[in-house]
Amino acid sequence: MSYVLIFISAVFVNNIVLSQFLGICPFLGVSKKIETALGMSGAVAFVMTIATVITYIIQKSVLDPFEIGYLQTITFILVIAALVQLVEIILKKISPALYQALGVFLPLITTNCAILGVALLVVKKDYDLVQSVVFAISTAVGFGLALILFAGIREQLSMVKLPKGMQGTPAALLTAGLLAMAFMGFAGIVK
Amino acid sequence: MKNSKLKIITNGLIKENPTLVLILGMCPTLATTSSAANGMGMGLATLFVLVGSNIAISLLKNVIPDQVRIPAYVVVIATFVSIIQMLMEAYLPALYESLGIFIPLIVVNCIVLGRAEAFASKNTVFDSTLDGLGMGLGFTFSLTLLGTVREFMGTGKIFGLSIFPENYGMLVFVLAPGAFIALGYLIAIMNKLKKA
Repeated sequence: MSYVLIFISAVFVNNIVLSQFLGICPFLGVSKKIETALGMSGAVAFVMTIATVITYIIQKSVLDPFEIGYLQTITFILVIAALVQLVEIILKKISPALYQALGVFLPLITTNCAILGVALLVVKKDYDLVQSVVFAISTAVGFGLALILFAGIREQLSMVKLPKGMQGTPAALLTAGLLAMAFMGFAGIVK
Repeated sequence: MKNSKLKIITNGLIKENPTLVLILGMCPTLATTSSAANGMGMGLATLFVLVGSNIAISLLKNVIPDQVRIPAYVVVIATFVSIIQMLMEAYLPALYESLGIFIPLIVVNCIVLGRAEAFASKNTVFDSTLDGLGMGLGFTFSLTLLGTVREFMGTGKIFGLSIFPENYGMLVFVLAPGAFIALGYLIAIMNKLKKA
């Protein structure tokens, strides 16, 4: 039961993008087309799950016993950077089309704060390994949901005539604001 | 000569303001600006990391091999983030608590890595210091501005000082949607000013 709660909470109530403000850069960057949004969510889900498992194990088996918690930030970011490199190499071999589509954004997953954020949150919330995996996957689903919804709206938005100053980022941010407001309706389902 | 040094600083403040013009570092911008003081604290912490990593990277730029420069930069940045994290935990526990997870997340702030790659790896130590200072001040400025707007609209206060009674505040500006909307309008105003 508690796993279901973690899932609902991470996807809807505390959506990583719309209420935690993590991963805004890819959220604004790759949301112009639904296709790229899908690819990006897939890549993020994959990296996020593996990164969370590995950083969790490092935290529990290296950092905690040796009491070197102050090295947390450095260790986590290095693990994530290495992982992203790995995913990039694999993706280049398996699916060159997807690799082409994601282009510059794949290396940018390293600086996607959602990945590091989830790794840190899991430690902070004191989850066990299974809970952490569930949390990572549900957060990735939440990220994908927000990104794809947003991309759908932005595809429509690009056909609308807007005042010059509002074009591009400002309009996107206002849309995100409305989307966040809609997600606030979920508040209270899970405390 | 003197003029060009001044230009490096003002560049980050206005013309290439990291948040309002370059649209970098959105996560801390949106997340930590629920009040003016929080926004300013986040801005100053980032300023410290920016200046520190810019200095260190411009000193090390001839030592770091080109192929591994990004991981090397990340380690340098993470070191400075850990320093500020420990300092804030010791001396500013209240601010540390309210910024929470976003202090370690400075390490993935695109501005810091962006300036390391675009400026500090090509320029002298002194210029890099100025660039870090300018960019950091620009970031602090926009975070404080956004924080002030949100705090004022949401609770009627600025830096905790009451301007109008709290009952008239629009709470939504302190919550998540208000962050997006306020920033959207700020950038729109900036775009308008830039054209004029």
